[in-house]
Amino acid sequence: MAAQNTFLTEEMRQRAIGIEAESLVLEVEKGHIRRFAEAIDDPNPQSSDEVMARKSPNGGIVAPPTFLRAARVERPELPFDLPFTRTLDGGSEWEYFEPIRAGDIITAKARISDIIERSGRLGPMIITTIDHTYSNQLNEVVATQRTTYIRY
Amino acid sequence: MAGQVYWEDVEEGLEIRELVKTPSTRQLVQWAGASGDFYEIHYDKDFAQGTGLEDVIVHGALKNAFLGQLVTDWMGERGILKKLSCQYRGMDVADDTLICKGTVTRKYVEDSRHMVDCRIWIENGKGERTTPGSATVILPSQSR
Repeated sequence: MAAQNTFLTEEMRQRAIGIEAESLVLEVEKGHIRRFAEAIDDPNPQSSDEVMARKSPNGGIVAPPTFLRAARVERPELPFDLPFTRTLDGGSEWEYFEPIRAGDIITAKARISDIIERSGRLGPMIITTIDHTYSNQLNEVVATQRTTYIRY
Repeated sequence: MAGQVYWEDVEEGLEIRELVKTPSTRQLVQWAGASGDFYEIHYDKDFAQGTGLEDVIVHGALKNAFLGQLVTDWMGERGILKKLSCQYRGMDVADDTLICKGTVTRKYVEDSRHMVDCRIWIENGKGERTTPGSATVILPSQSR
């Protein structure tokens, strides 16, 4: 497979894998959770109704499942240039460990875990896999997210 | 919302209550603000068409969020979402009707937790499955 690569050598792959973006911190505000739920048009009282949320098993307002993308951690930068200008978001895989609560202080990290070259419908493309880790102020990992990012 | 679903109520092959969304440009702007993704292809038609798109397109992340709501609506307040994934295989334009659907693919007990795996997806107005994915939830059990 590597022998057929035109834009990405094995040496480049090895240089890219493991690169991390600068971590950043998101303070989870109740109003932001509510606005996020409103933008989805998700009426779930667990994200918007303090009284109902208090009575629920979570015991308070919690964020909708994909809220942490609002942390907008930067993609780790590749240590080389590639001759592609167009990009696509390929998808997202979330795993959850703890609820995300109003008041949480979340540290978001992102690291390149893989990079490959493929040829597809759009011609040659570079697919980067990025692993995000989100931890709260108790140093608990609340969620992980694996995203794929396509350059073509 | 309907009543709480229990693990015992679920069979493999069961269809999840579908969720219908028709995201307008206004909703895409709202999402841009809430998520912080202000890429113009999602709300500026001239910009979108300048990049070769037919119209403004729905954020992949918003479709991911719709699928999250599909699952959290279904599992109820005592359900726990463990995994949620989707792939952005096709673009969807604003004002199209997006139907979020799912079926139960596996039901099992792991570490004494009552688990269910689902296949989930979004189907657009043309009937195309643009956003396939999967989810794993823990449901409450009536046995305890």
